[in-house]
Amino acid sequence: MKERRILVCIKPVPDPEHYDEIRIDPTSKTLVRSGIPAVINPNDKNAIEAALEVREYWGGTVELLSMAPPDAEENLREGLAMGADKAYLLSDRSFAGSDTLATARVLAAGVEKIGSFDLVITGSESADGGTTNVSPQLGEMLGLPHVCNVESIKPQNEGQWQLNVKIEEGYMEVEGPTPMVIGVNHKINIPRYTTVMGIMEAEDKEVVIWSAADLGIDNGKVGLTGSPTQPGGLHEPKLQRAGELLEGEPEVVVDKLIKLLRQAGVLNA
Amino acid sequence: MLPQEVFVVAEQVHGQLTPVSFELLGAAKKLAKEMGGASISCILLGADVSGHGADLASHGADKVYLAEDPRLALYQNEYYALFLTEFFKKRQPEVVLWGASAISGELAATVAARLETGLSAHCSDLHLNEEGLLVQVVPAFGGKVLGDILCPTRRPQMATVKPGIFSSLSKGEEAGEIINEDTSILARCNPLLKTLRVTKEKDRDASLKEAAVVVGGGWGVGSGENWKMLKRLSSLLGGAVGCTRPALDEGWADGEHTMIGTSGITVKPKVYIGVGISGAIHHLVGIKDAEMIISINKDAKAPILSFSDYGVVADFKKVLPGLIERIEELT
Repeated sequence: MKERRILVCIKPVPDPEHYDEIRIDPTSKTLVRSGIPAVINPNDKNAIEAALEVREYWGGTVELLSMAPPDAEENLREGLAMGADKAYLLSDRSFAGSDTLATARVLAAGVEKIGSFDLVITGSESADGGTTNVSPQLGEMLGLPHVCNVESIKPQNEGQWQLNVKIEEGYMEVEGPTPMVIGVNHKINIPRYTTVMGIMEAEDKEVVIWSAADLGIDNGKVGLTGSPTQPGGLHEPKLQRAGELLEGEPEVVVDKLIKLLRQAGVLNA
Repeated sequence: MLPQEVFVVAEQVHGQLTPVSFELLGAAKKLAKEMGGASISCILLGADVSGHGADLASHGADKVYLAEDPRLALYQNEYYALFLTEFFKKRQPEVVLWGASAISGELAATVAARLETGLSAHCSDLHLNEEGLLVQVVPAFGGKVLGDILCPTRRPQMATVKPGIFSSLSKGEEAGEIINEDTSILARCNPLLKTLRVTKEKDRDASLKEAAVVVGGGWGVGSGENWKMLKRLSSLLGGAVGCTRPALDEGWADGEHTMIGTSGITVKPKVYIGVGISGAIHHLVGIKDAEMIISINKDAKAPILSFSDYGVVADFKKVLPGLIERIEELT
């Protein structure tokens, strides 16, 4: 069996458990998210797990790649503690403000510098921005076929992969070649936890950090200037309602509820 | 000067147009009006789509382009992206709208990369600003924040739109023109991906999406036994039961297809009754379009109360049995 070289792209995001705490500052109109820790995008953990499972079956290596600020090294260490072999961090001030297209461009430059892979696996969706753009756009930038929303990966003969893709109406079965880019969904697996042993081993694993200059990337093509989309204003959705309390003994409350159900036209008796 | 053009990429799965295709025409109509009379065009790819042309043409499209080819029978990213990229290069529309579905989302991202233009995802609103740019309102951080996205210089301005946001137009008297497109360009592509088959699953969440009454249960429901109360109440009212992620994880709910919120479905009932739900943003974004929200929570500080029209601060086990009994007597 030929060993596989797999690359997983991960993104640190503010911990989704804390999204209720995110606010917009009323004066500056900017996002207040202080104190919210950065974690590996949950869906990207599925990507790491999927890669580790492929490695367990075929042998080979799992490498991690991220475009993020320098402190993302911590998140990459967590991925290494899960079992990945080596990590690359693409970090440069000029990357700030990159939209999905510019992000895909930076990641593609990273992949090309690292070498060639049998599979590049990503999560399909990020928890913070919530787009599903980067995985297919990375495939495009690399000139590789790509499939996202993948819920199972089965190796076939002759370097083919059989993928089960989740769509709204059901499933789509797709066969793809080596190499390709796969975006997995959150149902493909349950990511493993890190172990003490894994964390200790991760300390000795290598995290390579590259800047825009290391990648030889054109500054005009990345970051906010290289992004076709630009952020406009931020607002909080209007979710507040009157919140009128129905008070009294249970029987009284039931009377009031019956009245409301009738008023809304869902109880006609 | 030619009038500006707003394009809709209609989608079909298993030979059926998806509902969002018609909703996109509704969105296009609104934008075309804001643009001062842009034309609305629609493109549909597939193997046997001629029957759908008239349907799209009578629901708001001035022009319906049909790309009919056996190679387009099932969604195949490379064929679909090649055709649409070349098609939009030729037509240069101002705006292209796509459904925010698994297939259209992937396809839109592919085409955006090839056209090197912007793509916003899962838009919950679209309008023009004073400069005539398309303001694409997208949810971020699970819907806690909404951000405006602009695409100032590149064209087309492209957005995927969440299903259920815009209303489809009623069937019009006047039908648009139907144009059959040449698909010979597909010969340029030697696809590496093979779509073997599409298997259809029953739309299990349809009853929940269409229900006039949704009873939502959260972690506070406490047990599978208590959950039966929610089921009884919803069945008496001809409604359906939805859940939050914690209730799903506990195994009380019917399955992932009943989860409401950011990573689940959006409901728009006449009445939503939340039971034992604290009111995390992940869930709230899925119920915000309910006409009336009633919540029952024993914690007077539960955030859901301020997101409700009516709140009951009580143990639901003391309220629901009486309510169920009363409705049983009445019906």
